Amino acid sequence: MALLEVNHLDVHFALRKGDVHALRDINFTLERGERLGIVGESGAGKSVAAFSLLNLIAKPGFIAGGEVNFEGKTLNTMSERRLRKVRGNRISMIFQDPMMTLNPVLSIGEQMIECLKAHRRITTKAARAIALDKLQQVQLPSPDTRLAQYPHELSGGMRQRVIIAIALLLDPDIIIADEPTTALDVTIQAEIMALLLNLCEQHNVGLILITHDLGVVSQVTQRMLVMYAGRVIEQGPTREIINDPQHPYTQGLINALPQMATPGEPLNQIRGSMPSLSNLPSGCAFHPRCNFIRRADGQTRPACVEQVPGFVTSGNCQVACHMVAELLEDRRLQEESL
Amino acid sequence: MTAQAHRTGSAEALLEIRQLEKRFSLSGDFLDQLRFKGGKLVRKQEYVHAINGVSLDINRGEALCVVGESGCGKSTVARTVMGLLSPSAGEVHYDGTRIDNLGSRQLLPFRKRMQMIFQNPYASLNPRMTIQQTLEEPLRLHHPDWNRQQVVDQVEQVMTSVGIDPDWGKRFGHEFSGGQRQRIAIARALAVDPEFIVADEPISALDVSIQAQVLNLLMDAQRERNLTYLFITHDLAVVEHFGTRVAVMYLGTVCEIADTATLFAKPRHPYTQALLSAIPRLDDDGPQHIRLTGEVPTPVNLPSGCVFHGRCPYANARCRQEVPALQTQDDGVRVACHAVEEGRL
Repeated sequence: MALLEVNHLDVHFALRKGDVHALRDINFTLERGERLGIVGESGAGKSVAAFSLLNLIAKPGFIAGGEVNFEGKTLNTMSERRLRKVRGNRISMIFQDPMMTLNPVLSIGEQMIECLKAHRRITTKAARAIALDKLQQVQLPSPDTRLAQYPHELSGGMRQRVIIAIALLLDPDIIIADEPTTALDVTIQAEIMALLLNLCEQHNVGLILITHDLGVVSQVTQRMLVMYAGRVIEQGPTREIINDPQHPYTQGLINALPQMATPGEPLNQIRGSMPSLSNLPSGCAFHPRCNFIRRADGQTRPACVEQVPGFVTSGNCQVACHMVAELLEDRRLQEESL
Repeated sequence: MTAQAHRTGSAEALLEIRQLEKRFSLSGDFLDQLRFKGGKLVRKQEYVHAINGVSLDINRGEALCVVGESGCGKSTVARTVMGLLSPSAGEVHYDGTRIDNLGSRQLLPFRKRMQMIFQNPYASLNPRMTIQQTLEEPLRLHHPDWNRQQVVDQVEQVMTSVGIDPDWGKRFGHEFSGGQRQRIAIARALAVDPEFIVADEPISALDVSIQAQVLNLLMDAQRERNLTYLFITHDLAVVEHFGTRVAVMYLGTVCEIADTATLFAKPRHPYTQALLSAIPRLDDDGPQHIRLTGEVPTPVNLPSGCVFHGRCPYANARCRQEVPALQTQDDGVRVACHAVEEGRL
């Protein structure tokens, strides 16, 4: 059994004009020590996915169906009291903005000790020793003095180190990191990512990394999910998806990167933009932007417009695309006729 | 010196920035600056030294990219060039005329020739104006002699050229997505047919697939209208694709200027090397970047000597005392680094 299993997770937001389906039918697993990336553009639902794992979705959002199983226990039906023992303790989170995450009126030390005391019966002295040890692990310079300092006295990079230290405080099994380096500069981002990767490997901690940066995902994770308009459209081993993306959207996303084009030549753009979740196109949500909606004979594939694509397996990856399904089917028929 | 004279004196330079400095006061007005210290009244002034002696030439038809991390002064350079900030010292010359000391009336003809695109398309469009009004405003200001039909025609033409449906003119900014808003902001800049555009992080607020669209639009506009760009960004992948030349800035000074291809093939300055190695690439397995230690110092108390010495793996005693000047290398690359000059690197 996998450490974390997400089955058919649906998240809705109850708005006046009706329910908006922010997540539809999300399925994935995470093994102990595994690193999983969730990639997508803004509005794809990747942050909602991260928050829903710990049932942290604020109203009007709610989990409308499916389940999140952690070590065989279903988190989304668990009582708040029992869920608290998991949150921060077994599964901890790192958020995007390091200034918003830390409490500005408590010193770094107070915040860390508070967190330890909330989960363990522990003396202040022992808690302080653990806090100091974690700050050393995240390579914060002069950790002794930092304990007494307040968040505003630290730079963005140092704050994010403190947050990683807090996430590691209770030796969790899984860390969920929601765009942990987006607010940081390139050189600092590289340092923080290297640190996070290193610590996860050292302590055999699972990582769920939410990001829009394909470069970061390809460097850090072993498996990845690509999300579009609230659905997972492709999942599989990171290397395979990056090297040979199957879904037209994933292909477009990778090809749109400036490094994939010849300098001076136009970039390969995806036309249009992501549809709003309250007004999704029929069939495959990507079909209005898709270059592969027409068959070889020039006719539009009706399924793309009419029917939501299910997953087909291609190599080690799962892809939700009618075009890929058709290609695979053709290939299978060819092989059979041979 | 000949190389220097050649560079600054060349006829092809559209914009010349000479020894530009900009300080922002942190200490408020005169009374706020007074403090009692040891029984005496002393006046204390503190400044953020945003840019310290930056010299750049931008040639006609090129895209000069300025890269650097947040707080390095790249946006301040952009705003000072546009006259949105007045420099504390130094000069800005546009097409041979000094423009940094002009009044707003005298600056008006230059404003028509140089336009700006801002980072955040959610903030740079007036929420109370329709798109039509937004695009007409610069035309009415710069072409007061035009009649109604001329203005409308020009707006329609510019909207089509950036890929927005002219029928959308009646709508307001909030009805559009980020990418569409940035197209509108670009249309506003192009409406008066400028020759020079300052783009301050024009795509960093946008999603990846939209970034490609907007970047393509900017490149098309450059080709069709023979535009010159000053392009401010922190994204080196974009620079590699878009820029003719690159200036790398650190803490208010330029540390390296080179042709894009040369810079990416052979970065000289230790900071440029670290910056390039920090780009997350799709094709490499695991980070192999040059690790910089420490953080960017504050621009309030600038370090002595080379501003980069605190994080530089090659720093020695000279770097800690003496400020390095930009020196031209054999292949035209200009680097401000003692280690490069002494051949230690």
